[in-house]
Amino acid sequence: MPVARGGSAGNLSGGKTLKTLFSVSMAAIMSGGMWASVVLAGPSDDKLVIDEQIEMTTRTAAPEGHPLDEVISGWHYRTPETRALETDTFQNPGMLAVEEGAQIWETVEGTEGKSCATCHGDASESMAGVGANYPKWDEDSGKPINIELQINKCRVENMGAEPYKFDKDGQKPLTAFIKHQSLGQPVALDLSQGDMQTWWDKGKDLYYRRTGQLNLSCATCHEDYNGYRIRADHLSQGNANGFPTYRLKQGALVSIHNRFRGCIRDTRAEYPAAFSDDLMALEVYVTWRGSGLSVETPAVRQ
Amino acid sequence: MAKVKPRVKVPKSAAAGDVITIKTLISHPMESGQRKDKEGNPIPRKIINSFTCEFNGQTVFSCDIEPAISANPYLEFTAKVDEAGTFKFTWVDDDGSVYSDEQEIALK
Amino acid sequence: MTLTRRSMLTLSAGAAVVTAFGLRAGPAFASAEDAMAKITDFAGGTEPQMGTISLTAPEIAENGNTVPVSVSVDSPMTEEDHVASVAIYADGNPNPEVITFNFTPMSGEASATTRMRLAKTQNVIAVAKTSTGAVFMDKKEVKVTIGGCGG
Repeated sequence: MPVARGGSAGNLSGGKTLKTLFSVSMAAIMSGGMWASVVLAGPSDDKLVIDEQIEMTTRTAAPEGHPLDEVISGWHYRTPETRALETDTFQNPGMLAVEEGAQIWETVEGTEGKSCATCHGDASESMAGVGANYPKWDEDSGKPINIELQINKCRVENMGAEPYKFDKDGQKPLTAFIKHQSLGQPVALDLSQGDMQTWWDKGKDLYYRRTGQLNLSCATCHEDYNGYRIRADHLSQGNANGFPTYRLKQGALVSIHNRFRGCIRDTRAEYPAAFSDDLMALEVYVTWRGSGLSVETPAVRQ
Repeated sequence: MAKVKPRVKVPKSAAAGDVITIKTLISHPMESGQRKDKEGNPIPRKIINSFTCEFNGQTVFSCDIEPAISANPYLEFTAKVDEAGTFKFTWVDDDGSVYSDEQEIALK
Repeated sequence: MTLTRRSMLTLSAGAAVVTAFGLRAGPAFASAEDAMAKITDFAGGTEPQMGTISLTAPEIAENGNTVPVSVSVDSPMTEEDHVASVAIYADGNPNPEVITFNFTPMSGEASATTRMRLAKTQNVIAVAKTSTGAVFMDKKEVKVTIGGCGG
């Protein structure tokens, strides 16, 4: 888009910080009407409070070693109508899936005659805060493990049930239900566990590597151009704190690995399998980039 | 496809004569009949085509729903409460299925 | 998902063709005339007056799949004089009808909110019919944006 490019061209080499973006916006205001769309493109100043009770952290100082000054939730980049959907758990369509997840939690499956609740009891106690700390190091596999894989591990090892296939059956609703128990808790990964740091490094490498026929990296859109528009779409920082997310486009929950694959596909590259080492490394790094943001699952996005 | 499940939000109580806001949401794909599958065959229409809210047996509000309503249909409307009683909510699916829910309201 | 890059390209090409034909063929989308004809039917011959009803919809919809829309009509909502129904039309959708809300004096107010699908940028029109035979109308244009990467 000419307006966005015009606004950014002179500043790209100078810095990628939000301060720069805001100063671009200020310059835009001063230089008159045609810049209106650049001004509109800045993240909103609203506060996200869910059910008039839970005050969410949607902007926070970036962790040490983060390239941006401030970490901002994708919620700020959406229209007022989309933002409103997330402020009311009744209106949030993603909550239908969370309720389905609550039923799955209580449902006995597999040869051992167990449900999740058999061992973990009341999820609002046993799972409170748990989702905010994933991915975690998994000694058994010698790899990071996310909620989806943790569920599968439990199903196979403790319940004697089949693991869920990617995005199938109860995987998205149960993952959303478990992460929802951490609603409002800050995302915090422990990189000192096992080889987490190595996987973080690998994820960082992938984040900055240009790929596909369009020759884009994650950073091109979500670091260099966040706050700008790609055609009519408003680019966010691409944080992971709201996944699984209810996307208006699909009218359904979308998992983090589905979104990774969609994004990579849109650069016109071959995309890795869900839960592959590449995407697990990317999940570790991208989740870390959103450190300190409240878990919003199920967030509502376009 | 997940089970079709209605959700309704009605205040627990109201003063006589109050106009209350009711919110409803039901899980449903609202297949419009406009889409095609991978082989190019049209996917048949399957939507929630009507909704009714009754209070103590009398119709308060109803609607005729077309395929242009989004997946997981959301409806918000009002009701004037003059007595304690029961709201009954009914959704009708193209396939003939009827989904319903009930909520009590007390007078303050 | 098992889409290879080749099948992706084929799909995209297919989509492009469908779009092109959709635009040319016309009948796939309702025209403003179709919507007007439906409104005339609904109004039963009465010329709708602007005002009294207000339609709220976003100026710009981030995604056409889920566009919030509200209607509200000034009315005493008595047995003698109440809003009987409000119909919403979208004049650029494959079928212009969106929803018809039917009110009673027990509704207390003639207001309702839902979420609709809009295939493209178009006018959304709400028409109210009262128990006394009055017909009111409001209209808003909603711009529907297209996602960045087509993703």
